[in-house]
Amino acid sequence: MTALAVRNLRKSFGGLLVTASVNLAVESGERRLIIGPNGAGKTTLFGLITGELRPDGGSITLFGQDITRVAGWRRPHLGMSRTYQIITLFPGETLLRNVTLSLLGLSPLRWNPVARLERQRGLIAHAREVLTRVGLDGLADRPVAQTSYGERRRVEIAMALAQNPKVLLLDEPFAGLSLEERRDVLRLVTTIPRDVTTVMIEHDMDVALDFAERITVLHLGEVVVEGTRSEVVADPRTRRIYLGE
Amino acid sequence: MKRLALGAALAILAAVPLWIDGTYYVNIASQILFYSIFALGINVLVGYAGLVTLGHAGLFGVAAYTAARILGGGHGHLAAVLGALALTLLAAALFAGLALRGTGIGFVMITLAIGQIVWGVAYRWISITNGDNGISVSARPSPFGLSLASPAHFYWATYAVFLVAIASMAIFVASPFGASVRGTRDQARRMNALGYQVWLIRFLAFLFSGFWSGVAGLLYLYYNQFVSPQAVALTASAEALLMVISGGTATLLGPVVGAALVVTMKNVASAYIERWNFVLGAIFVAIVVFMPEGLVPGAVRWWRRATAGGR
Repeated sequence: MTALAVRNLRKSFGGLLVTASVNLAVESGERRLIIGPNGAGKTTLFGLITGELRPDGGSITLFGQDITRVAGWRRPHLGMSRTYQIITLFPGETLLRNVTLSLLGLSPLRWNPVARLERQRGLIAHAREVLTRVGLDGLADRPVAQTSYGERRRVEIAMALAQNPKVLLLDEPFAGLSLEERRDVLRLVTTIPRDVTTVMIEHDMDVALDFAERITVLHLGEVVVEGTRSEVVADPRTRRIYLGE
Repeated sequence: MKRLALGAALAILAAVPLWIDGTYYVNIASQILFYSIFALGINVLVGYAGLVTLGHAGLFGVAAYTAARILGGGHGHLAAVLGALALTLLAAALFAGLALRGTGIGFVMITLAIGQIVWGVAYRWISITNGDNGISVSARPSPFGLSLASPAHFYWATYAVFLVAIASMAIFVASPFGASVRGTRDQARRMNALGYQVWLIRFLAFLFSGFWSGVAGLLYLYYNQFVSPQAVALTASAEALLMVISGGTATLLGPVVGAALVVTMKNVASAYIERWNFVLGAIFVAIVVFMPEGLVPGAVRWWRRATAGGR
């Protein structure tokens, strides 16, 4: 079954056509890597898929359901979660509170104005579990502002994993990391269960090549090459984009 | 220890009419309390939702004018209070619907414009608001048979409402919904991506804020037994915003301390110094320079530094 399908997706900002006409079909359980140089329209594509941006044309379906016009806030409820390339956490709050907020987002409890959040033991225990999964349980009570960049990157991923998504969108999870931190994050994303369909954007080809079975090369808002790892690497068009002739 | 201090503070406040001599100061204490309620309401938006409003005197005024009109029509206090709060909530919903089309400076400007419209209605729509002459209310209510005519009784009634207001704030802040509201302040985009309806959360916060502004407006009306366009002027909105900012946004006690400061300066300092506005301005400058986060968080920071240095 197709988990995520994008058809003829278009988006321009003023006169700048950022997403020209993107077609994409990611199978359920697949691990897909979308690569492309700067300005290929990768992050815009994620923005469109998650509903943060409104497409000018085309459609997006999630497990067969057309979500093109579904509000962005509703999409995580349908099983779609994302991380941000530019780390977007709640800097004054602890790691535990960050992940708790992620869990709360899918719970009707988020509307409750009289309960005490601190007393929601089930929710908080669950958040702790997720932090353990990403190896940050020791820092659970530390504010985000007092953690390292690599740790924040893992919190980013924990926030998305906490929601137990069916489709997980990772926007350049290796950006700005040291070699060692990259290895940690790569290990983390490879331990994500196989039933989670994972789509990863990456700017640097070499980093995440081992992660995905299928790779899509995006260039100037269009899919240029798509195929298995070896097909894409061998394709002359990939080389042209990355090496410039 | 903390509970003991809280209990002591509450007891001292409850006993204000007993240990303060003279109705003048008891009346000032009442003013501090209902302006505190107003500031607490504004703090929901300014502090917790990160939406700065310059139009909340409009909601304060809608409550006061509505109650005054209902009482003037010969209806009872219960009808006046309920009608006023209902109309205030309706007005808050309308204001929120307009103002929440923007955030940041856009939100400020729309609330400012709406506040000015309410002021314009109060000033010019004479058949409804009696214009510059305002509307008088003949008597204060007697809830459960207790007359609120005397300053001490009115103080206690206001104090009871104040306690409910601050308790509702404490519960709201610690609740999941309170966390939702603060989340939309800190990372609206992320909140949306996590499944929160940012707009609706802000809308509900606006209603909550508007409700307490309306309650404060009712107490204002009953305190003065009079309401005029002065109550809904831009300066009233700005003054209330200053209470929140000078005391400390997104804190429970900040708005109360800020209200106490402004009301005291207005009433007490003006009795001694002709240019009391100048004094108030100087105090605000000092707060901005030495405690930019506001008096309550600033005092906590200074206290921590002092106790840490002593060790």
